[in-house]
Amino acid sequence: MLDLEKIRAEFPILQQKIQGKPLIYFDNAATSQKPRQVLDALQQYYTSMNANVHRGIHTLAERATAAFEETREAVRAFINAPSAEQVIFTRGTTESINLVAGSFGRKFIGPGDEIIVTTMEHHSNIVPWQMLCEEKGAVLKVIPINDAGELLLDEYEKLLSERTKLVAVVHVSNALGSVNPVAEVVRLAHQVGARVLVDGAQAAPHYQIDVQALDVDFYAFSGHKVYGPTGIGILYGKLDVLEAMPPYLGGGEMIKEVTFAKTTYNELPYKFEAGTPNIADAVALKEALAFVNQLGQNQIAAHENALLAHATQAVADVPGLRLVGTAQHKASVLSFVVDGLSALDIGMLLDAQGIAVRTGNHCAMPLMQRFGLTGTARASFAVYNTLEEVDSFVAQLRRVVKMMN
Amino acid sequence: MSIQQIQDEIVEEFALFESKDDKYNYIIELGKHLAAYPEAHRTPDKLIKGCQSQVWVHPEMHNGLVHFHGDSDSILVKGLVGLMIRTLSGQPPAQVAEADLYFVDRIGMKQMLSMNRANGLAAMIKQLKLYALAYTMQAAE
Repeated sequence: MLDLEKIRAEFPILQQKIQGKPLIYFDNAATSQKPRQVLDALQQYYTSMNANVHRGIHTLAERATAAFEETREAVRAFINAPSAEQVIFTRGTTESINLVAGSFGRKFIGPGDEIIVTTMEHHSNIVPWQMLCEEKGAVLKVIPINDAGELLLDEYEKLLSERTKLVAVVHVSNALGSVNPVAEVVRLAHQVGARVLVDGAQAAPHYQIDVQALDVDFYAFSGHKVYGPTGIGILYGKLDVLEAMPPYLGGGEMIKEVTFAKTTYNELPYKFEAGTPNIADAVALKEALAFVNQLGQNQIAAHENALLAHATQAVADVPGLRLVGTAQHKASVLSFVVDGLSALDIGMLLDAQGIAVRTGNHCAMPLMQRFGLTGTARASFAVYNTLEEVDSFVAQLRRVVKMMN
Repeated sequence: MSIQQIQDEIVEEFALFESKDDKYNYIIELGKHLAAYPEAHRTPDKLIKGCQSQVWVHPEMHNGLVHFHGDSDSILVKGLVGLMIRTLSGQPPAQVAEADLYFVDRIGMKQMLSMNRANGLAAMIKQLKLYALAYTMQAAE
């Protein structure tokens, strides 16, 4: 069992009151809060080792470089990548996806090629592919879902052909919580020779990720959703494809030799890390992963599942409430609408009680259109949330619904 | 009543509320009782951009005074639209275009709304003033 009191004490931000009420933070799918060890790492980086990484020969530069590269190794272990050079630092999931679109896409996607996404993608896993398709004359195909918010794998199989070059699929839906059968999606894609990119932004905080077991070609996630800082993200890629891909951004760090006649590029992962990287946040990310590892991902998932199960049951008889996203396999996301009420009203009135939830289309407009909605209210849980908080949330939600009717 | 007098009246009303809940309840009631929006004008060009909820505003001129109709899918926002309409509807367009809407701050509307939502409020006010400005220009021609 997790010691929640002890865990919560590690998060200074949770100790405050909002609108005079104890903060109940249920917007974890947007970003998680940061434990003290992450905050301390940021402070310590700037107070004791700040220098530019790589190439510097002085002590601080070596310290900064070592810390930066230690995080790369920690990420490698976190997702069970075969080697650290396959771990590329980016600003976040969005940039990771854009890197693949801009580099892999530039080289390997041509006219008439097909890219497959799903109905439940975040805009960040739709728009880069649309831009690429427009530029290359390629075609975007979409895997439909059922009313519970589960992928229709039969339909997916029908979309696959030798024209399919890439399948871009979300591991866990931010708006519904659905956990997709990524290994199966990958297996089917590989049968037609297509590569698979997985948007793992919502999966990394909740589940143990094993990129080798999943056999994915690319896996993207963000530090800030895994209790780490904002502005640091990860792109994992298989070695052969990363090596075959051209650089994404040009500049310092990513080169081996530059003359005005010709430039040769650096090796992995530096080929994709032009410019001074986000060193401080990368260094602090290691502490975030350590925090997760210390608690244990299975323990975290078990606790969050208990919160979700409790919340799902507790809201069942709220008048007019309907859950959006009822997949069999679901992460700790409770997305819902209430008849006659706008999600915005629910969110504003809950905020007046110190409860933070998200409202709107969750950057997944096509998904909202699929359900005939303009938006939902979403409560999403993290390891520091408690059953008591869920009870307070449901009690306040009942009050809000009554107030508005 | 002038725009200023109406604003002062609203500020006085809000000063009577003891709790934040009372304010919210009042705005909810305003939202529920706002005059029905003319369906013929529920068109994309009457939607205000920049709001998290859908907000429609339709202006009309009668006898040299500008009148607004408004609606929203959010009851709270509809209540706020109602306050704006109460303040600005039935006034000369030139005065609407130049109005200093100090009541927004004085009744703590921005504290009730977060910054994200306050941006929507700013968009709404801007649009109301733009309509009024357009009528002012028309009248000047």
